[in-house]
Amino acid sequence: MTGAPVTGGSVTGGPTTPPLIAPAADTGTDVAPPVRGRGRWIPYLLLLPGLLWLAVFFVLPMLTVASTSLQEGSLARGYELTWRVANYTDAAQRFAAQFVRAFTFAAASTLLALVVSYPLAYFIAFKAGRWRNVLLLLVIAPFFTSFLIRTLAWKIILSDSGWVVGTFQALGLLPEQGRLLATSVAVIAGLTYNFLPFMTLPLYASLEKIDRSLIEAATDLYASPFTAFWKVTWPLSLPGVVAGTLLTFIPAAGDFVNVRFLGTPSQSMIGNVIESRFLVVLDYPTAAALSFTLMLAILLLVGLYVRRAGTETIV
Amino acid sequence: MSRRLWRGVTRNLVGFYAALALLYLFLPVIVVIVFSFNDNAGRFNFTWQGFTLDSWLNPCGVAGLCQAMIRSIQIAIVSTIIATALGTMVAFALVRHRFRGRALTNLLIFLPMASPEVVLGSAMLALFLNVGVRTGFLTILLGHIMFNISYVVVTVKARLLGMDSRLEEAAMDLYADEWQTFRRVTLPLVTPGIVAATLLAFALSFDDFIITLFNSGNTTTFPLFVYGAAQRGIPPQINVMGTALFAVAFVVLIVGQVTRRFRRS
Amino acid sequence: MTTPQPSEGAELRLIGLTKRFGPVTAVDNLHLQVASGAFIALLGPSGCGKTTTLRMVAGLEDPTAGQILLGDTDLTGLKPYRRPVNTVFQSYALFPHLDIYENVAFGLRRSGVKDVKAQVGQMLELVQLTGFERRRPLQVSGGQAQRVALARALVNHPKMLLLDEPLGALDLKLRREMQLTLKRIQEEVRITFLHVTHDQEEAMTMADTIAVMSSGHIEQLGHPEELYERPRTRFVANFLGQSNLLRTTVSGRNGDLAVLRIADTTVAVPADRVPSSGSEVHVGVRPEKLDLVAADEAVPQGRNALEAVVIDTSFMGTSTQYLVRTGWGQELTVFAQNRHTEVVAPGTLVRLTWRPEHAFVLEADAETPAAPRPAPVP
Repeated sequence: MTGAPVTGGSVTGGPTTPPLIAPAADTGTDVAPPVRGRGRWIPYLLLLPGLLWLAVFFVLPMLTVASTSLQEGSLARGYELTWRVANYTDAAQRFAAQFVRAFTFAAASTLLALVVSYPLAYFIAFKAGRWRNVLLLLVIAPFFTSFLIRTLAWKIILSDSGWVVGTFQALGLLPEQGRLLATSVAVIAGLTYNFLPFMTLPLYASLEKIDRSLIEAATDLYASPFTAFWKVTWPLSLPGVVAGTLLTFIPAAGDFVNVRFLGTPSQSMIGNVIESRFLVVLDYPTAAALSFTLMLAILLLVGLYVRRAGTETIV
Repeated sequence: MSRRLWRGVTRNLVGFYAALALLYLFLPVIVVIVFSFNDNAGRFNFTWQGFTLDSWLNPCGVAGLCQAMIRSIQIAIVSTIIATALGTMVAFALVRHRFRGRALTNLLIFLPMASPEVVLGSAMLALFLNVGVRTGFLTILLGHIMFNISYVVVTVKARLLGMDSRLEEAAMDLYADEWQTFRRVTLPLVTPGIVAATLLAFALSFDDFIITLFNSGNTTTFPLFVYGAAQRGIPPQINVMGTALFAVAFVVLIVGQVTRRFRRS
Repeated sequence: MTTPQPSEGAELRLIGLTKRFGPVTAVDNLHLQVASGAFIALLGPSGCGKTTTLRMVAGLEDPTAGQILLGDTDLTGLKPYRRPVNTVFQSYALFPHLDIYENVAFGLRRSGVKDVKAQVGQMLELVQLTGFERRRPLQVSGGQAQRVALARALVNHPKMLLLDEPLGALDLKLRREMQLTLKRIQEEVRITFLHVTHDQEEAMTMADTIAVMSSGHIEQLGHPEELYERPRTRFVANFLGQSNLLRTTVSGRNGDLAVLRIADTTVAVPADRVPSSGSEVHVGVRPEKLDLVAADEAVPQGRNALEAVVIDTSFMGTSTQYLVRTGWGQELTVFAQNRHTEVVAPGTLVRLTWRPEHAFVLEADAETPAAPRPAPVP
């Protein structure tokens, strides 16, 4: 059937077909435009250099670590791939305490970071108004001094003759000759501080996105401000909580600098062990086994955590 | 408690808490700045002994400090340029194109960010040892580029996603071909994201310690110098550098904010 | 501004245009012809394929099959920047990093025009935005942004202008103003306008011709009055305004009127509207065509009449809407202009009358409640 010219009579066009649901034509911003002809290779060309780099300097090293962890030998005699799984079990037994301590410290510092950051992020998102950007600036700025210098500063602040220890002793929180440095407390405090922006910024980002009218609706439906927070704001901020806790926990679990500066070998975390095995003792197979185990443990935790929290994409 | 009273309390309570948190954030910075003026006769800069401007007047007085700074800056500049280029391309591919292997790409980008630096650094060292490459300036650079790619991708991708793709359609509708559309519409609009990614990559590279430690060989970067100094004794010049870094970064951020507000009005 | 000649060679022809997204067919073998200088609206609910059609004409989607011809040129397969066609987008799509002047000049610059100042100035004058040159898109209101988008497209003197629901984001008063402005501008510049909308009032106000679309094909094409007074399908009848549909059986002829039976009464329609075959047809009467009179009042000569009871009334300002129930239980709607002082109360027995030529006829389908057959007369 042909369509009629506008000036003439009208004829309907096209055969009738069973009702079809056509998708909305507005395909949104994250669907790619149609691919025409030779443009098909462009994405692969764009991806190649970056992904190749990651393949060579991330994937390959991981494979090397996996392989090294199954070798045995020594620097003098050379190493041989004997599939020595015992490397793992030996390392796990010997350094179980450091593993546990690493995850415990990381968990503690993550929780503390959450407690400190959440009200701060909440304040900036909900109550700061025009000062929002200034406050965000103030949150990020301290972290432009070097990571190590900041940690050393804590060494000064928490030193035996410093005012923090003095105040705690006066308040009875510490015994007469008590110290903060060289204790777990100092290490956890350092870990908490160092990763604060990684917790605050994702929290802020997801709090800021919350539609204010949802909270207003809750109070309109007889919720007290606290209930409104607990039932509306908190659940909606969970993606930020998930992102923040991951970005804090992961580096904290592998850290060794805080122990080195603020603690003693009796607080050593698994990061310290890996560092010493690799760079000092030169016991590569054990070091590799520990490194690989740490990586797997973290991935497992992240996987479980993300699935349980139900967020689809972090990246 | 009546609603108004509660709101008054919470409004002030949260504000008070936030102020405390900010104080907590700035405490070490204040200490760093203050102790850069410390007149420590000896090696350790842990207790206050007196005020002096000597360290500020002689910032390179400590052997190796300024060389380490220069090394760090060099590595940061090169790794930033390369990582930004590679990462931006990947971000464009992810957002603006269709291809197979998207899930794998996302995983590969995500994994380095999900791994502790100890694992990343030690793994790279394992590779270099295996292959027989001597660690030093080059290996540090390779490592920095590696972890920076992921951060660049995430940053630029976020900016691209927030960009209305209809704008590019409008440009093509108005006779701009693909290249002109990219040059005149896409690029100007994605540039703030690229700038943010560049700054982020620079900061991450400059401040990187753990991955650098494993792969530095005989080369010393600024964080490595500080680490070594912590064993040997920390001169106030380190605090001077720390303060200077803070000041520079602060100024850059403020300038960025001001120009954005200026351009908008 | 001198009166431009209507664009030559700007007749649009869509031949067998089809677009499939995977298993879903958005546009199904569409045929359409639009004369040069016409204002045509593609009207339909969301998902009917109207926007997809527009995007294919613009070159922003590739058709799965079919052709797009503009005058003598085959546009199918041409990139958007090679088509002498410009689009006004739903969200305006103004470039945020350029000011209004550069936005409007964008197409001209890409075409290599050196001196854009005069043309940009003229176009801004046409849309009444002189003086806005240095402002940025974020600094103008919705209505102003829409006019900038229009200027940006028109300044290139395209052979055809495509408008993708451009008035959707405006409030009612502004929308009405813009509808008249667009119509005025189209009459001035004499460019073919292809306008996509889901708002039937808008389509009827602005367009000379409307193509009502549903599920990827055109249900009916014609002038607004034609579509409104003589719809060909239930869909068109119900999409453009409201209608009352009576299910009737063909009973005979009376001169040039056909007599149709419903329940225990008959109605008449012009015989040429009734299809020759088939015995069941729907008679459609628009609510404003029905006169509501007292049940005992005499029926004027030549008019149809039905008895009913008023169930509900709604005062609408210019009219009162009555809901009535017929003897056989069907509910009909009547719009009565508020020229009378009293409103007829619910429960009142009334008569609905209308002129035979005010009804339209549709082929029967299963959805209208059937009138019960009258008991056979012993």
